[in-house]
Amino acid sequence: MCLAVPMKVVEIVGDTARVEQEGVSRKVRIDLLGGVELGDYVLVHAGIAIERVRPEEAEETLRLMRILDVEIR
Amino acid sequence: MSEVILLAHGAGGRKSADLIRDLFLRHFGNPALNVLGDSAVLEIPGGKVAFTTDSFVVDPLFFPGGDIGKLAVCGTVNDLAAAGARPLALSAAFILEEGLDLDTLERVVASMARTASEVGVPIVTGDTKVVPRGSADRIFITTSGIGIPFVAQRQTPPQPSPQRGGGYPPTLPPRCGEGWGGVCLCAPSPECAAQGDAVILSGTIADHGMAVMTCREGISFESEIESDCAPLDTLVASMLEACPDIHCLRDPTRGGVATSLNEIAVQSGVCIEIYEPAIPVNENVRVACELLGIDPLHVANEGKMLAIVPQECAEAVVEAMRAHPYGRRACVIGRVQERPAGRVHLRTALGSLRILDIPAGDLLPRIC
Amino acid sequence: MKYVDEFRDGALALSLADAIRRECRHPLKLMEVCGTHTMAIARYGIRRLLPDQVRLISGPGCPVCVTAQDEIDRFIELGRSPDTILVTFGDMIRVPGSRASLEDERARGADVRVVYSPLDAVEIAAANPDRRVVFFGIGFETTTPAVALSVLEAQKTNLANYQVFSAHKTIPPAMIALVSDPEVAIDGFICPGHVSAIIGSAAYEPVARDCGIPCVVAGFEPLDILQAILMLVRQAVDGRSEVEVEYSRAVSREGNQAALDCMRKVFVPCDAEWRGLGVIPGSGLELRPEFSSVESRKSKVESGKPKVSTECECGSILKGLKPPRACRAFGKACAPEHPLGPCMVSSEGACAAEYRYGAES
Repeated sequence: MCLAVPMKVVEIVGDTARVEQEGVSRKVRIDLLGGVELGDYVLVHAGIAIERVRPEEAEETLRLMRILDVEIR
Repeated sequence: MSEVILLAHGAGGRKSADLIRDLFLRHFGNPALNVLGDSAVLEIPGGKVAFTTDSFVVDPLFFPGGDIGKLAVCGTVNDLAAAGARPLALSAAFILEEGLDLDTLERVVASMARTASEVGVPIVTGDTKVVPRGSADRIFITTSGIGIPFVAQRQTPPQPSPQRGGGYPPTLPPRCGEGWGGVCLCAPSPECAAQGDAVILSGTIADHGMAVMTCREGISFESEIESDCAPLDTLVASMLEACPDIHCLRDPTRGGVATSLNEIAVQSGVCIEIYEPAIPVNENVRVACELLGIDPLHVANEGKMLAIVPQECAEAVVEAMRAHPYGRRACVIGRVQERPAGRVHLRTALGSLRILDIPAGDLLPRIC
Repeated sequence: MKYVDEFRDGALALSLADAIRRECRHPLKLMEVCGTHTMAIARYGIRRLLPDQVRLISGPGCPVCVTAQDEIDRFIELGRSPDTILVTFGDMIRVPGSRASLEDERARGADVRVVYSPLDAVEIAAANPDRRVVFFGIGFETTTPAVALSVLEAQKTNLANYQVFSAHKTIPPAMIALVSDPEVAIDGFICPGHVSAIIGSAAYEPVARDCGIPCVVAGFEPLDILQAILMLVRQAVDGRSEVEVEYSRAVSREGNQAALDCMRKVFVPCDAEWRGLGVIPGSGLELRPEFSSVESRKSKVESGKPKVSTECECGSILKGLKPPRACRAFGKACAPEHPLGPCMVSSEGACAAEYRYGAES
């Protein structure tokens, strides 16, 4: 029950942000997230930003998978 | 003339005559149409004739990359092309809702005229009916078309090609009854896919359906997604030039590539396997599909052609397509196999296989 | 697409599958409780990458699937008044109640509209001040904050004609009910990534700690799912039962407090009937008394006793006791074009996913 897509915040006006990925954009409510900044990636579900994507964690997750890949081969 | 369509415009009297003269003849005018007979009488060469009809009810009437008028011409031209035929003449029947803005109608008609002129096909006969307000959604258009098969126009048998090692290998599909020097020359048909054939797609998918979807009420996205609506007659002509023996042609409209391939798989009694990473999708279309939970393979296209061709011809056909403005991203996307008959399989980027089914119905945005 | 494509890398996926194969010691039954996970697993053919010892079963994670027929009947009944516009997510349009679906009702003349966001429903209410607009509140904790926001928005702009018919449910009570059933033997839960972004991974600690079932919160790309399965395999091998988070780029232990506060401001827990599972105490959400004017649910209408098909085995399928193909009706009386139960109705239901995407053996 969780179709949500990461999209980049390109404009903020009060409670609303314009988010974008690959040329598709829409306005979403960001008042359920504190301290959203331009350039942040947020998960968009049903017109609302439900969470921020943490870049360091994303990198770390991928890094561990890549280490495993090297070990396996 | 009044500024909106009235019931009188469809009643066959003075207002009808005014509308035909001042709008339709002005934009569509050609010798056959100008006679305004009950039927157009045309001179056609002997042999086979392709004949098709389609209705157009798209909402909104104007969408990024096109409109209902352009669609009405391209849709029918493409259905003729899918039978391997050059369009000879079109008819256009309009059902108009009382109260429709005359300006809107003019825009649509002008667009049809422009598109038909680009293709070089005359609209030779037509009809107009007006129904009471609320009985139709502004404009419905039905176009029918007749065409002459490209390959039937050949006067000499195809020459053996040095690049292909000196000859056309005989690749008559199981149901074929006609041939010429070992080469099948009957029109492409959904029943003619054969084991080993290559599956070719002319370019990116899902552009049209997503362009229209993003205009819908309740789906508020901004994007530069544009319908791919385009006439493919000359593209198909160049494909048949490269390979007269194309087994199947289909323009994947409603229901998308998935539906077209499933229909062919069933009618030909074969299995079609396509390779997901090979399928071209514009990035913005991909994002829109992900956001709404829609499979691009289920989405309508209005300017694309699927071709199933003998393996030996695949390279030549793709090359010919890429040389054409509407086939720049043409590529092989899969292969025809024998079993299981009637099925379409998709191989994912992870190497796993799954069944590609037709969509249940209208495409709907999901949150789950 | 950033933060998506990297997690679909084919080579990394195969390495993860390899690692699962090497490290798995004995048979494991892992349950996912999120319809979007069901979809993703089918879409990427994940099962075919796993060793036979690891069995993935689909639990009751599809909020569309588990909406009781009675709830659909009553929502449809509301639409029978000419002054009412019914608004819903696309997912619900084809779900049959005991007699008809919203799609059938629309064909019969009801005003039924599909939106992507509940805030779009508020806009419909604003544009139609003389009509009642009722939104079908479906979804777990990922979606409920958005619906809560729409209620507050309508209140802020004094829209008296916007109402919500809440059929919302919450996941953790269902998970606890599942593991309390002696028939159901699960070795681990793949926990829903976006529900967890809202409620926090701590919500599963009772399941791991008190019921001894390993839990890993997973994202939705193939690498996320495979990594989560590997983490569950490792917990099983080590004899641990903890809550771990694979989807660390979006999920924290505490969750999204602002979203939870918004949800709690508008909704309060209640008992709820889960289609195929019966009533699970405290697993539903209804609007708080102060929002009674916004609540459509209380205006109960007589809609007759819901008919339950005797052929439908969704109850067993949702509990993971039977695979879809073991149901007598699968592919015959029950198919996507004419679904009997919720598992076939929703495109992410276990039966529909199997029908659409399961490759021939």
